[in-house]
Amino acid sequence: MQVVEKRMLMSAAEIDRTLQRLAHEIVEKSGGAKDLAFVGVRRRGVPLSQRLAKLIREFAHIDVPVGTLDITLYRDDLSTVGPQPIIQSTDIDFAVDDRDLVVVDDVLFTGRTIRAAMNGLFDLGRPKRIRLCVLIDRGHRELPVEATFVGKTVQTSDSEIVEVRLQELDGEERVMLVDRVS
Amino acid sequence: MLERLQHLLGMEGLSREQILFILDQSKPFQEFQRHPLKKLATLRGKTVAVAFFEPSTRTRISFTTAAARLGADTMNLQAESSSLKKGESLIDTVRTLEAMRPDGIVMRHSSSGAPEFVSRRLGIPVLNAGDGTHEHPTQALLDALTIRDRKEKLDGWNVTILGDILHSRVARSNIHLLSKFGAQITLCGPAMWIPHELESLAPGLRRTTRIKEALDGADVIIVLRVQTERIHEPPLAAEEYILSYQLTTERLRLAQPDALVLHPGPMIRGLEIDPAVADGPQCGVLEQVTNGLAVRMALLYHLMGGAPTDAPHPAKDRSNADD
Amino acid sequence: MLMIKNGRVLDPATKTDAVLDVLLDGESIARTGENLSAPDAEIFDATGLIVAPGFIDLHCHLREPGQDISETIETGTRSAARGGFTAVCCMPNTVPVNDNASVTRGIAERAAATASVRVWPIGAASMGSKGEALAEIAAMKNAGIVAVSDDGKPVATARLMRQVMDYCNALDLPVIDHCEDPSLFAGGVMREGAQSIRLGLKGIPAQSESICSGRDVEMAGLTGARLHIAHMSTRGSLQYVRAAKKEGLRVTCEVTPHHFTLTDEDVRYDSHYKMNPPLASRADRDALIEGLADGSVDAIATDHAPHHPASKEVEFDRAPFGITGFETALALGLDELVHPGRISLLRLVELFTTGPAKVLGMNRKIAPGEPADLTIFSTDHSWTFRAAESPSKSRNTPFDGRAFHGAPMATIVAGRIAFRR
Repeated sequence: MQVVEKRMLMSAAEIDRTLQRLAHEIVEKSGGAKDLAFVGVRRRGVPLSQRLAKLIREFAHIDVPVGTLDITLYRDDLSTVGPQPIIQSTDIDFAVDDRDLVVVDDVLFTGRTIRAAMNGLFDLGRPKRIRLCVLIDRGHRELPVEATFVGKTVQTSDSEIVEVRLQELDGEERVMLVDRVS
Repeated sequence: MLERLQHLLGMEGLSREQILFILDQSKPFQEFQRHPLKKLATLRGKTVAVAFFEPSTRTRISFTTAAARLGADTMNLQAESSSLKKGESLIDTVRTLEAMRPDGIVMRHSSSGAPEFVSRRLGIPVLNAGDGTHEHPTQALLDALTIRDRKEKLDGWNVTILGDILHSRVARSNIHLLSKFGAQITLCGPAMWIPHELESLAPGLRRTTRIKEALDGADVIIVLRVQTERIHEPPLAAEEYILSYQLTTERLRLAQPDALVLHPGPMIRGLEIDPAVADGPQCGVLEQVTNGLAVRMALLYHLMGGAPTDAPHPAKDRSNADD
Repeated sequence: MLMIKNGRVLDPATKTDAVLDVLLDGESIARTGENLSAPDAEIFDATGLIVAPGFIDLHCHLREPGQDISETIETGTRSAARGGFTAVCCMPNTVPVNDNASVTRGIAERAAATASVRVWPIGAASMGSKGEALAEIAAMKNAGIVAVSDDGKPVATARLMRQVMDYCNALDLPVIDHCEDPSLFAGGVMREGAQSIRLGLKGIPAQSESICSGRDVEMAGLTGARLHIAHMSTRGSLQYVRAAKKEGLRVTCEVTPHHFTLTDEDVRYDSHYKMNPPLASRADRDALIEGLADGSVDAIATDHAPHHPASKEVEFDRAPFGITGFETALALGLDELVHPGRISLLRLVELFTTGPAKVLGMNRKIAPGEPADLTIFSTDHSWTFRAAESPSKSRNTPFDGRAFHGAPMATIVAGRIAFRR
């Protein structure tokens, strides 16, 4: 797939400020964060959830457990073309039952990823509550999914792609809007 | 990029990388067996034809459970009730199955090469669940997974295979797999079941009729079934076999203290294996069963997965969801 | 009259190797010589080709009567003609078995009506080839059999072999044996060895054949009979044959083209590689080639064994044994033996002509008065064998799609052109 960069949506500094704000919001709206836990959706939800937990530890001195979830097995869109996606591990070492979960992902788009994430979480137990935290909400929902904690809302068209690049995975830090070229 | 598997016919043709890939992909499925709710929708809408032309309970149940837990439906063909007995050829039986459009076939057959024969004639993935005395690839894979988990690595072990090697497809698959991981393999059994031509299967294979020699320093011991359906040639009295080849507690002590004992099952306690060894801490039989399920789920996923169920924009969604 | 002009006449019997014309008159050879003239004759230009005496195949299966679904005398002999054969000896394992004169006469009648080449039937040694009572050999001889065999199986016991040999000796008929020990054969499907182990297919040790060859040679020693070992495939058997010849016994043997070409290492899960005797080890194959070169082996025979395609389209274990062979025999002989310099061209011609003729107690030569049977072939014509183009009803060959250098170009039987490329 060929892409061309259109514009930058968030710089490294903006990402950092946004995460700070989100971390504070989550603590505020979680009434004490007693049963709070993060579940980062592979791949980019993982470093994001880890950063949020770190920030919360720093300013609120609360240890929020972080788990990672691979949603491959729960996807409903496995393509006919090419090999099956490789499944990576799901690592949730805390009990899911009665947890106040915040699922963390980089971009909210059609909502199917989050639906798959919820399927996966319900296979592990029965959480008390699931809320969603995303860095970017780009619209175009195909399922009734909403994010409680949103970094930035962006208008996009179908052919555009929002690329979140994070230091841990990509060696750079910014959010780009790119366009598909045929 | 790893070459995609179209069929799984045997271990002989698989590379080290492909084997490691399958073992790594089995891990999430091992994890999955611990979920309270063991049901995925990953292969929902898919049908797996489970065609066993040779009797088997355990392997068949393992495959049908694997398919069911992935959300797939199964079509079951069993030899006793099959038209094969009435003289219908393998090709016709399989074409009949194919006309019902399964997404893949898991087959076990008493003729070596039957799954390959089928794979050359049908357009769907074929998974060999055991063909004649040729290969039983999923057994070797689940054995490898068990070894890797118990002993923390797969490379370089001293492996002893005990029993009727000549007629064992489990032995052949294990030899092919483990030799790609630098195992030092020793084959042990009565002389007529360990012919010298076995040495051509892998470099450095050793043979001995003396169990003490075979077990000395072994890290992994694979005990084969003494099987009656695929008749031993010549038939050997049970007492003779027990005398010279039963894996007793005493004989097990000749191996490494943490040696792992594996058995493809079902075991005949008191024949090829001492019940105390079968129930002892060194025996990995129960893990083999769980791992069998995980390996088979991983294989069904990779061979038969695909085709969208209700995704209107697969390409679109891929851009942001496929991280 | 037919004039074969300007070909290189290669005739082992008369030790001829020269460019000559051969004039055929009716069913006989009239004359040979340089620049013959015969104004009324049809001319066949054999420039650049070899003109040999008509090839004889000592061993084939025409499946008629009773197994027409796989082959008939008509389709089989058309295939034989394409392979350059002017005469074929068909084995008796038909349905019913050719163990009495009426079946033999039936075959002769069908051949007279439909065959493209000469058909010389081989009669059974025992009734039904069951290995118990002697077949009606004398009656069959009157009806035209040229030899006796229970092919498909060995003559059942040493005792029976002795009886058959004594009986056939008096009738001056050779006894042809398919050498095999049933207890060692025991449900096997390929040669026992590293390959059979790898493929997980039941193996047959080479000794299954050689034990029986040894037995037969001993009986030949006891009776003084003419013994011919069919489709010999092992060193062990060859050693017995050599020893027997050295002792002056009337023991002969044949080797098939697939046995001097392929080995057990070529076997895969494809029933086109399944035949009996199975493809041999490399060492045995190499020993056979030595025997072909040094004269220990008397003839090349095809053991053409057609099977209806559906019957071969099954798992290896369940497939019947046998492959076809008429049309690739000469080409394999050239490509595997002559071109690489293992045997001379003259020797190859011997193996197809005087060798088999000697086994049958007859002559084969290009000389005035002899039957007008000729095999005209090229040693370098490039072509690809395609099973689908064969007139045989069967397609069971491992050589489909193989490219060759050298081919039969024309087959003349009793003065008629039975095949022309």
